[in-house]
Amino acid sequence: MFQRSPLVLGKKSLKQVTDDIAGLVESKPGIRYFGLLISANTVFIFYVAVLTAIVMVGMGLMGVNHPIAWGTDIITFVFWIGIGHAGTLISAILFLFRQKWRTSIARTAEAMTVFAVLTAGIFPVLHLGRPWFFYWFFPDQRGPLWVNFRSPLTWDVFAISTYATVSLLFWYMGMLPDLASLRDRAKTKMRRFIYGSLSLGWRGTHKNWSHYEMTYLLLAALSTPLVLSVHSIVSFDFAVAGLPGWHTTIFPPYFVAGAIFSGFGMVVTLMCLLRAFLPAFKDYVTINHMENMNKIIMLTGMMVGYAYASEFFMAWYSGSSYEQYAFLNRAFGPYWWSYWIMITCNVIIPQLFWLRKVRRSIRAMFVISIFVNIGMWFERYVIIITSLHRDFLPANWGFFKMTFFDFGALIGSFGMFFTLFLIYIRTLPVISISEVKPALHVGHKDGGH
Amino acid sequence: MPVPVVEWTFPKGFFSMKKLSRYKAQKGVAAIWDDEHEFLSAVKQVYEKEKFEPLAITPYPVHGLEELTHTPRSWIPWVALVGGGSGCLFGLWFTWWTSAVNWPLIIGGKPFWSLPAFIPIIFELTILFAAIGSLVALFRVCGIPHIEPPIIDKDLTCHKFALFVAQKDHSIEEARKKFEQVKAPEIKETEF
Repeated sequence: MFQRSPLVLGKKSLKQVTDDIAGLVESKPGIRYFGLLISANTVFIFYVAVLTAIVMVGMGLMGVNHPIAWGTDIITFVFWIGIGHAGTLISAILFLFRQKWRTSIARTAEAMTVFAVLTAGIFPVLHLGRPWFFYWFFPDQRGPLWVNFRSPLTWDVFAISTYATVSLLFWYMGMLPDLASLRDRAKTKMRRFIYGSLSLGWRGTHKNWSHYEMTYLLLAALSTPLVLSVHSIVSFDFAVAGLPGWHTTIFPPYFVAGAIFSGFGMVVTLMCLLRAFLPAFKDYVTINHMENMNKIIMLTGMMVGYAYASEFFMAWYSGSSYEQYAFLNRAFGPYWWSYWIMITCNVIIPQLFWLRKVRRSIRAMFVISIFVNIGMWFERYVIIITSLHRDFLPANWGFFKMTFFDFGALIGSFGMFFTLFLIYIRTLPVISISEVKPALHVGHKDGGH
Repeated sequence: MPVPVVEWTFPKGFFSMKKLSRYKAQKGVAAIWDDEHEFLSAVKQVYEKEKFEPLAITPYPVHGLEELTHTPRSWIPWVALVGGGSGCLFGLWFTWWTSAVNWPLIIGGKPFWSLPAFIPIIFELTILFAAIGSLVALFRVCGIPHIEPPIIDKDLTCHKFALFVAQKDHSIEEARKKFEQVKAPEIKETEF
């Protein structure tokens, strides 16, 4: 009745799959790759310089002030943490739902998660002002005084560090069989030693695979509530505070939907680039994969849009004049532009994905996915800045202006992310070889599932 | 006063990853196939016989192999349960002990033992312990880390499938005979 569309194009044999994917690691990258790597690295070095200046001189270099005590650092932290969520959604939640199309994008999406969480983790530490005391976040670091476990900020430390650890383990564990493939193909001693060590001596017996698949399922099942909890807890940082515009119960689901939305935006951006630079990728990440992701972007975009509308409704319905003021001020106050950038990028532009032609056009989706990322950065900007810049007392009203160092930290963080990502695509298997192989037959007429 | 010279070296085998591992390489016979379907039918025939249970080595988890080899369901979920349970109990005890016993502080007029506020911490520790526990269990049961394991054929992580019988379980002649009966394209004596 319904013929499933193939997950992998070009009728590949098992050996071809290994050759294609391992080939990326084994071949010498071209000049274009080094061009990109050097550019990303330059931005990364600039980032390190900016962070060093901020740490040496102090937080005064950044735009935070009274009353806007949370600025670019927290905005960008939430932004990167959100990006990470799509990776876990693809690798864990879609796995639980038995979505076979996830196999060829899961590895790279998971890598994106790990790098995004690493990038994000720097910002709250920087925001401390005295980052050399960041370990005070953890219990038992200040003599007999314990951390305050009632504080959402402490919850956040536990959530983010657990998320980083579990994502890293999940990603690494999924790579073991592929690293063993690279080990067995290695032509030089050095390469054999490196991939041999990384693969930890994976043997691939049927008993190994049985336990391996079970552990993979378990980690997927553990990551699923974990990823939902992480952005819920990030949203508690706001929702637990009694500030108009923050103190709403819709925040956890709204943040989780937004996180998946922005994360898929980033996955689509990266996949478009990978498809453009590595032609071998096109057989594995097909236009159908991209279309599926675009559908998720559209769906989560509408969920986010619903949350924006619901916030306005609740502000009106609550009868709280502070709440009503906060929302009118968001849309029509001094930061009206940021609010409407957010609405345009997150709610209006993704509606173009209703058209099949747009959903399946690489150029269109590349542009839209970048708009999604811009929009989601502005969403956090809107939430944080507009709620903080008007206090209950007009004497405490203020204005937030980003300085050179704010922009430096924001732009520089992309340098860090892309440096890690570019190194990753040439050193580790970017597609899960052992997961793609069982899905090779899907949609082809020679049987299979 | 002369500075005493302390001469010492790392104990032998300090850098060797081998002792972390549970398994030792064994001599035996391996049969190698190129085709998944032929391999599966061979596995089926071999396993039907009494007391001949070779290891099946495949580049990816082959659908249906677990049933054919009578592999019991993995016990790792129990480890996850125990890990998660201990993470949960540890979180419960730790938040209670630090906030209500060891150094109680009044914060925001909340009770010392404010369970709802501790749930995020307890939840995260549950997940963390369960995840790390399952992974450690997987490593133990797979005998990893073990750098440089013996390799039967380099293509077993690419496109070939193998069966392996250790010498201590079955004699080499017996194993060869069994593999010839199921028409293995390649049979060799090896270490695994």
